[in-house]
Amino acid sequence: MTDWIDIGTLSDIPQRGARTVRFEGEPEIAVFRTGDDKVFALVNECPHKKGPLSQGIVHGHAVACPLHNWNIALASGEAQGADSGCTPTIAVREENGRILLARPEVMRDAA
Amino acid sequence: MDFQDGIEPNSDYDDAPIVPSDDVREHLVVVGNGMAGCRAVEELLARDADRYRVTIFGAEPHVNYNRIMLSPVLAGEKTFDQIVINTREWYDENGIDLITADPVTAIDRAAKTVTSRSGRTVHYDRLLIATGSDPFIIPVPGKDLPGVISFRDMNDVDTMLAAAEAGKAQGGGSAVVIGGGLLGLEAAHGLTLRGMKVTVIHLMSTLMERQLDEAAGWLLKSALEGRGQSILTGADTAEIYGEGKVEGVRLKDGREIPASLVVMAVGIRPATALAREAGLDVGRGIKVDDHMVTSDPSVLAVGECVEHDGNVYGLVAPLWDMCRSLADGLTDRHTGYRGSVTSTKLKVAGLDVFSAGDFSGGEGCEDIVLRDAARGVYKRVVVKDDKVVGAVLYGDTADGGWYFDLLKKGEDVSEVRDLLIFGQAFASGGGALDPKAAVAALSDDAEICGCNGVSKGQVVGCIEAGACSLDAVRATCKASASCGQCTGLVESLLALTLGEEVEAGPKTLCKCTSFTHDDVRREIVAQDMRSIPEVMQKLHWATPDGCSSCRPALNYYLLCALPGEYVDDQQSRFVNERMHANIQKDGTYSVVPRMWGGLTNPRELRAIADVVEKYDAPMVKVTGGQRLDIFGIKKEDLPAVWADLNAAGMVSGHAYGKSLRTVKTCVGSEWCRFGTQDSTGLGVKTERMTWGSWMPHKFKIAVSGCPRNCAEATIKDFGIVCVDSGYELSVGGNGGIKVRATDFLCKVATEEEALEYCAAFIQVYREEARYLERTAPWIERVGVDYVKSRVVEDEAGRKALAARFLYSQSFSQDDPWAERASGDRADLHQHLQPLALEAAE
Ligand SMILES: Cc1cc2nc3c(=O)[nH]c(=O)nc-3n(C[C@H](O)[C@H](O)[C@H](O)COP(=O)(O)OP(=O)(O)OC[C@H]3O[C@@H](n4cnc5c(N)ncnc54)[C@H](O)[C@@H]3O)c2cc1C
Ligand code: SF4
Ligand code: FES
Repeated sequence: MTDWIDIGTLSDIPQRGARTVRFEGEPEIAVFRTGDDKVFALVNECPHKKGPLSQGIVHGHAVACPLHNWNIALASGEAQGADSGCTPTIAVREENGRILLARPEVMRDAA
Repeated sequence: MDFQDGIEPNSDYDDAPIVPSDDVREHLVVVGNGMAGCRAVEELLARDADRYRVTIFGAEPHVNYNRIMLSPVLAGEKTFDQIVINTREWYDENGIDLITADPVTAIDRAAKTVTSRSGRTVHYDRLLIATGSDPFIIPVPGKDLPGVISFRDMNDVDTMLAAAEAGKAQGGGSAVVIGGGLLGLEAAHGLTLRGMKVTVIHLMSTLMERQLDEAAGWLLKSALEGRGQSILTGADTAEIYGEGKVEGVRLKDGREIPASLVVMAVGIRPATALAREAGLDVGRGIKVDDHMVTSDPSVLAVGECVEHDGNVYGLVAPLWDMCRSLADGLTDRHTGYRGSVTSTKLKVAGLDVFSAGDFSGGEGCEDIVLRDAARGVYKRVVVKDDKVVGAVLYGDTADGGWYFDLLKKGEDVSEVRDLLIFGQAFASGGGALDPKAAVAALSDDAEICGCNGVSKGQVVGCIEAGACSLDAVRATCKASASCGQCTGLVESLLALTLGEEVEAGPKTLCKCTSFTHDDVRREIVAQDMRSIPEVMQKLHWATPDGCSSCRPALNYYLLCALPGEYVDDQQSRFVNERMHANIQKDGTYSVVPRMWGGLTNPRELRAIADVVEKYDAPMVKVTGGQRLDIFGIKKEDLPAVWADLNAAGMVSGHAYGKSLRTVKTCVGSEWCRFGTQDSTGLGVKTERMTWGSWMPHKFKIAVSGCPRNCAEATIKDFGIVCVDSGYELSVGGNGGIKVRATDFLCKVATEEEALEYCAAFIQVYREEARYLERTAPWIERVGVDYVKSRVVEDEAGRKALAARFLYSQSFSQDDPWAERASGDRADLHQHLQPLALEAAE
């Protein structure tokens, strides 16, 4: 069973952009909204040198890290192309325009 | 009105009580005389006409009609008579008791009866619930005013027609449609045809976002606007206002749209109230198993009101599948329903839109995109694990059925992968699976380039005559020189004719396009393109929304081409430009206020010192460009830092941007014993003229007071060295990895001239360099003589360039910090605030 936390509406996040959420004692989470209004959530750290992915350019279902331009797939957190590394993902879904995020500590316990 | 013909609301028949009959067959009672309920009965009759005695209750006063044809009725293409599915005779002939205009209000499962509003109570052996959906009404003030309706049944259509009629009397009424989905657009289309002025308000940024991606949504919006509708996307309704009846709609941003009719078409919800009150299991819809049986074995449900395997459906195709399984079950065949994949076709006259499956892409998905600007076509097929999982088609939907079929059957498409996007005829034609073989098989007079009317024979002829690259072909026979759609074909012909050794063409802007930077810049101006989706469509981008290379470039090119008009796309900017500060390796930002010509004063210094203390900035540093850089500011503190600096009169230094950075100066004649002119003063003037300008790359200027050149003006993009007799101008220098000294441009006599040449030089660079190309490599590429020919030798040209620069500066010299600090999208700097915890699912 997953605990879902309501973190706001789709319009709180700019299209092709991200906002961040923080929970006490947890790494910062970046919540992305893509061009086709899908939402994804990743830990806000690039697998390369911890660049804040929330600040990157979102294209398709990937984000280009703002520090050294690695491309990270939003669905899997996996670095694309020749780069390798992976950022943890957090389950997130949209319901009636609200964005629901899985409780991060629950996710970690499950992992 | 004509569509009223043939309907007998509350006929005598309805008033007749249902007498307990001596009919001993099992009694099937159907609640809902809509598309699913009636279809289920038809399916049942087809299997075993005599097995059940059937009674149908309908809330509407009509016989069963085709609900999806309400749109053509609204548009005036059909009459109500023409959309009736089953006439009263049909009900009679099949011995069905039809009770109209009398909704069922309660179900008693223990007694196995239903009761209707008029008080009729009927016993059932099997009950079928087919109540369809209720339109979703957004809970804004004014939602209950007369004139606010949904688009669901014939009654709504009547209201719309009456409003259009009334509008006509007053010389054209106006309507607002809330919701830019399938239904809203159909309503808008019909109302437009009926002579109303229609505004569509859509919350999302593209129309039909559930069915279409951004590119197709943009095409659709353009087409509808071309038909005279106003489409407001990203528009949130705050309130519907009016005294006693609707007078208009107010948006959250304050805009008001007057209207005498408001149609809400924002979505539907399964109509489950009746089932819920009867104690049946209800989730999003009434829960049914594979045989459409609810949690009560005597009660079945079908249509939009049900939830099967977690899914609810809002289209008819799945209902047909459900009705078949249901009728099978009722006649002991139990085949079972397994869920449906749906596709959508927009039938608004003349606009071909199709979508099916999951086109949102995602992990392991591959997009195949075809854009044919000349025909207004956009096609996107999403392939995953060698199977089609989704498709969006705009403009040419002929192959929609084929893709949908491949999708439903889950067929392996790896064999036809390369030809898939061209459609069925091409992909399965003559077994030509290799695109090259397909081209080889074309006859000599087959047309290759539609824009320029060039045949295969002509292309091959010109290749054989020596044109051995794409560019050479373009230059000689013009094939692929216009819209570029046939580029692939021409390349195949090159490969076929010359063997495999085809010269690689010029480097494309990025992997999303076959066009070069120069092509793109040229076409933006030539075709007067105005937005990123438009460029992507017209130039056949191969990805749905580009990548981190092309989006910033396109954003810049449009900004440069359309000063004052183009609306900047923040999401196509690199983080530094989006945050108006420099991101550092730990994710914090550094902030550099502008210091005009390198000058400062106590007030500014104090403000900077205060900011450093107040926000705990760990470091302040003098930059190479004579400014103070405040390090270690957190993203969420940026707006407050800017506000403090603004308060002391400082503005952003654009140290983060592909833009004018600094104007470095020396002290010049005012203090220095060698100085020949006021280099500091000229530096300040230059910076006042050029600040805020967006460039292909960063741009630096320096002014030195004498040839000793203390401001290092000869390694700047634009350098001025003051001498006794005037000003020596030089261009194209930079520090950096590869140091380059400037090329001498010319000498001028006055400050005014120095400024004019500076503006003109910047403008040629802005208009012609490739994005991310600094002046040094640009000048090496085009030659300094070219630059001289534009800026020095052609006086009229220079003045025109300078004028264009100053014109665009009139729009770009707003301090981006002030805008953001004053609250404009300050939320982007804040963390999202989690709300209440939701109950576990
Ligand atoms: C304008 C319009 C255009 C559409 N276009 C398309 C399209 O192009 N393609 C497509 O696939 N789908 C389209 N749809 C959707 C399609 O019409 C529905 O999916 C379909 O009608 C659903 O069938 P249903 O029987 O479940 O519900 P309905 O057809 O809505 O039937 C339900 C019936 O039950 C009645 N009812 C409700 N409660 C009670 C009660 N308590 N007692 C008695 N009767 C009751 C209602 O009055 C209604 O007549 C369109 C819908 C609309 C409104
Ligand atoms: S460049 Fe000339 S005028 Fe300027 S500070 Fe140096 S010596 Fe003095
Ligand atoms: S930290 Fe993300 S690419 Fe280097």
